[in-house]
Parts: sequence; structure tokens; C-alpha cells
Amino acid sequence: MMKTETDSSRAGLSQKAWNPYLVGIGIGVLSWLAFLLVNKPIGMSTEISKFSGWVVGIFAGSETVANNAYWASKTPAFGYSTVFLIFTAVGAFLSAKLGNDISFEKVPEVWEEYQGGSVAKRMAASFIGGAVLLFGARLAGGCTSGHGISGTMQLALSSWLFFPVMFATGIITAKLLFRGKSNA
Amino acid sequence: MNLPIPKDSTTGLIVSAMFGIVFGILLNKGRVTDYNVIVNFFRLKDLTVLKIMLTAIIVGGLGVFAMNGFGWIEGYHIKDANLAGMALGSAIFGVGMAVYGFCPGTAVAAIATGRLHALVGFFGMLTGGMIYAFSYPWLKTNVISIGQMGKVQLNDVTGLPMIGWWVILTAAAAFTFWMIERKRTANA
Repeated sequence: MMKTETDSSRAGLSQKAWNPYLVGIGIGVLSWLAFLLVNKPIGMSTEISKFSGWVVGIFAGSETVANNAYWASKTPAFGYSTVFLIFTAVGAFLSAKLGNDISFEKVPEVWEEYQGGSVAKRMAASFIGGAVLLFGARLAGGCTSGHGISGTMQLALSSWLFFPVMFATGIITAKLLFRGKSNA
Repeated sequence: MNLPIPKDSTTGLIVSAMFGIVFGILLNKGRVTDYNVIVNFFRLKDLTVLKIMLTAIIVGGLGVFAMNGFGWIEGYHIKDANLAGMALGSAIFGVGMAVYGFCPGTAVAAIATGRLHALVGFFGMLTGGMIYAFSYPWLKTNVISIGQMGKVQLNDVTGLPMIGWWVILTAAAAFTFWMIERKRTANA
């Protein structure tokens, strides 16, 4: 079993990891502030689907986006959530830089152990997995942040349905992916 | 200062940037920007994800519940419960998360830590967003319209008041954490 030893009594930025309970408290408090200061719960997948619309606009013209029933209600535009997405990346970069966690990983450890070291295979799986993930998030109306954290903490029925269902299919998928070690 | 701050104002965008930085740091320090931590959660070998999420839900939820009670915030933001869309969407999401190894938020953070396969998956996410947008009219008629319950909360559908739900959920979380840590201490 892999375990990164962490000294949970310290939580500096140069630490590679913090105590997960402390991280959870941090996200909880961040949610209070999000409600209190801007009346907007934390979420991510809506913004990524707006990026999709932005890309479509570049290649297929803005009419295609304007005429689309989905993007008509979630209009791709620079705003609060765009800044949040970009600075989530900035924060993670700073944290990884100071905590010595920058890695240009192509094939992660568990994947390699069961699916082999092929870069092309892992990249194809990442691409398809990412597409499936965001399609599912939009159909469900949110992702791990919008439903999994922000929705559940408001006792939304939709979010308490999201959690067990995605957890179940995630477990089944992991069972199928990670059985029988690869010899590659 | 009048609250809430208009979110697309300059102040709102500055607040958003600060929230983003803190969120990104927390995701990285929580190690959920690491593919192995996420998939090992689905393999039930690493409970980091569960510890973080459950703690965030309880701490965040109790705070929001209290602030709403004091009238400090402008009510809840509940997403529609469309049973068919929810069931299908959540099921698809779980499959995608186990294969990709990230969710949308942790993916953005993982890309910033250099993980190249996370970056490739981001283009996959953009593609998934496009497929969704173009199939939306069909989905809206044939899937999302089924089992619409609206913006309901657990107290609406059960009759148990919100405070009752929080007592139960807090106790359940405390018990879960106690079980996890007791087992870990016993194994050590």
C-alpha cells in the first residue's frame, strides 16, 4: 500500500500534502465565503462547457454558438467563473511548485501497473474519459464541485442522487480497468 | 460594504481570483491532483477523497445552514432534480472519472502541476461539452424531461426538517471518520 508520510502537525506551502481533514475544512470555509461574499457556490463544469462553446465559436462561427439551445442559456463569456478556473490552476501551480510536486507525468503509476506503459493508450483513454466525464457532468447538471460539494452541503436532492450513482459506476469501472496486472 | 458583491464587478473578479488560488492550493495539498489518489478511492484503497469531501460537506453545510438562518446569505442555490438526467448523467460521470482519473476541478489543478495526460483529457472535456451542447435539444425532450422534481432539498421530500438532516449527517460523518481512523490505528 502506497502511503505518503505526512507530518499533519504542519501545513506550510512547502509541504507536499496536508491532512485531508484540514483540506476539507478549508474547502468548507471557502464555501461559506463564496455564499457570503458573492452569492455563488463553487462549481467548475459549467465553465468548461462554456470553453467548448468558445472553441466552437472560433472554428464554426459565432452564429453556431448563438443558435445552440444549450449555449443560449450558458453563453460563453469571460466572467467570474472564468477567473475562478484560471486561478484554480494558478493556486495549484504555486502549491505544486513550493511543495515540489511538479511532474510532467504521461502514464500514472496505477494505470501503468494494470494497463501498461503505452503513452498513446493512456492519452487516448484520458481524452475519451474527459469527454465522457464532461458530457455526464452537463447531463447531471454539475460535477464533483457543483453537486458533490456545493449541492450536497445545501441538502439538494439532485446532489445526493449524484454522489452514490457516480460512486457506484466509478467503482465498477475501476474494477474492470484495474484487474490482472499488465506484463508490458 | 454591501453584500453580496456583484460577481462580475472588478471586486467580484478579484474575490474570484483569491478563491481560485485557495481552491487550487487545497486541491493540490489534498493530493486530489494526483491520478493515483483518485482511482485508489474508486478501488477503495485510499480514502483521502472521502475524507476531504465529507469534511467539506459537513463544515460547509453547517456554516451555510447557520448563515441562512441568520439571514446573512440570499438563500440556497439548488439544482433541478430531473431523475432520468441525474441518474444517467451521474452514471456516465462516474465512468469518465474512473478512466480519466480527475473530475473537472481537479483536472484543471492537475494540468497546472504539469500532468500531461490531464491536459490531453482537458481537450476531451471540451469535446464532451460540444457533444452535449449539440445533443441538448434531443436530450431535453427525451431524457431531461423525465421525472422532473424541481429544485427540492432533502427536507422537502422527506418531511424531516433541515436541522434533523444535519444532526444525522454530522453524526454519520463523525462515525465514518472514527471507523476509518480506528482501523488505521489498529493496522499501524
